[in-house]
Amino acid sequence: MTAIAFRMLVAALLGFVLLPAVVACTAAFDSRAIIAFPPEAFSLRWFVRALNYEDFRIGFANSLFVAVIASTLSVVIGSGVAYAIDRYSFRGKVLLESLLLAPLAIPHFTIGLGALIVAAQIGQSRGWPVVVLTHVVLVLPFVLRSLYVSLRNIDPRLELAALSLGARPGRVILTVTLPALAPGLAGGWLFAAILSFNEFTASLFVTAQRTQTLPVAMYNYVREYADPSMAAISALYILLTTLVLVIANRFLGLGRILGTEDARH
Amino acid sequence: MSVKRPFLGLFVTPAVLIAAGFVLAVGAVLQYAVLAHIPGELEPGGFSLMHFRDMLKPLYAGVFFDTVRMCLTVSVLALLAAYPLALALVRVRNAYLKSAILIISVTPLFLGEVIRTYAWIIVLGNRGFVNASLMALGVIDRPMELMFTRTGVVIALVHVTLPVVVIMLAAAISHIDRDLERAAAALGAKPLRAFLTVTLPLSMPGIVAGLTTGFAWTFSAFATPQLIGGGRVNMLSNLVYSLGFASFNFPFAAALSVAGLVLTGVSLAGFRLLLRPLNRVGLR
Repeated sequence: MTAIAFRMLVAALLGFVLLPAVVACTAAFDSRAIIAFPPEAFSLRWFVRALNYEDFRIGFANSLFVAVIASTLSVVIGSGVAYAIDRYSFRGKVLLESLLLAPLAIPHFTIGLGALIVAAQIGQSRGWPVVVLTHVVLVLPFVLRSLYVSLRNIDPRLELAALSLGARPGRVILTVTLPALAPGLAGGWLFAAILSFNEFTASLFVTAQRTQTLPVAMYNYVREYADPSMAAISALYILLTTLVLVIANRFLGLGRILGTEDARH
Repeated sequence: MSVKRPFLGLFVTPAVLIAAGFVLAVGAVLQYAVLAHIPGELEPGGFSLMHFRDMLKPLYAGVFFDTVRMCLTVSVLALLAAYPLALALVRVRNAYLKSAILIISVTPLFLGEVIRTYAWIIVLGNRGFVNASLMALGVIDRPMELMFTRTGVVIALVHVTLPVVVIMLAAAISHIDRDLERAAAALGAKPLRAFLTVTLPLSMPGIVAGLTTGFAWTFSAFATPQLIGGGRVNMLSNLVYSLGFASFNFPFAAALSVAGLVLTGVSLAGFRLLLRPLNRVGLR
């Protein structure tokens, strides 16, 4: 009895989570120029319009550019500092780590506002560097978390064995630590890229017309137009994101990256 | 010393630069918060505490109150909705079902706030899914007001906050030793009793983490209250944005951000203090 009630509750909650995605995907195929339920006639015109809409095309290219650069920088910077924090002791270590994790606790609108003020003070408010660096600050904490987990799972005896066999520290890091860290690096990179691609609030503050990312372009579209083009692009987005997550789950184990599975069990 | 810590400088320097950039950005907000705003000018004036006086006016104080109330409502509702999902996620044995629950519950996290909010506009609008369905079923004759209301914003924000709370709870539940539940069952406890007296108390750390994260996420939300609230439901984030980009009053926007940081800091500390007895239950 309790078990059946629990299953129905879980099913209802999953329905709540899925509802907006399903509704948005349905609305995307309606032929009318307004959003109204139920859809009347089937049409693909909004997909055609969304894919040809200039701001979405530029926004997509910009978001891809920012996400790839920012997540790559975060993984390069993050792997070095995660290794140093995990293995070494140095002055200011605790302070450095808290500063790098602090963006998790500070609202994106505050970070965006600060980045905008600093960029304006040095005359860079319309450029790419402020967008990319803001994204690095925001996604680095997630990369660090993913890397700590991987670093702690490396058997320290492997590194000691390589050292005792005469390998120099640099060689140990390159040939033992780095390969063992590869799944964590890949997971962290993917996580960072997806988060950066979707980042909206801070981007709204630091992007200009030329550097507008896709979420900002979509936000502006929703404010100005009411036709289902936005539903069409949402449907494509939902499809693509689900595919990426299913693949990531298959090859990297989403539960492990997100920490919802205990590795010991 | 350098032999024991090879490449320390190489590993740490880039991160130090990023941390410095972050400190500069937060420092700029703190600095602007205490500078005067000169109407019609982009450059701030000299030192002034005028913004901290101005924000006590009912118009602004009301937004603070609404924001905290919204954060509390949303984090509690998100916790209630997330718990069964997290429990199912950890305890389901079928691997495909487990993957399905995981992917359905976390996908929204990776869709971004704009798409999720837009989807809720289609669900909640006057000719949207909820109203059209209820009218077709004859439950209501006229559309219910859901857009531009507090209820609409709360529903959408619970949905936005849910995935991260599920992750926090699932992490805590997955650490519980299942032998304790088996012992309770072996001693004759029914499943519900075993859950209430064993699993629930042991997952308290996850509940505390979920509540505080839900609170912070709601506080940080911008697109949802902006688009679904439509100017009639305002949170602090919306006020900061409109002061910056509609009135170009960046010093006041900065002062409100600082007050927001203090407010979240105090609320979360208060939260932890209130929840501390609960946390101890979990450790016993």
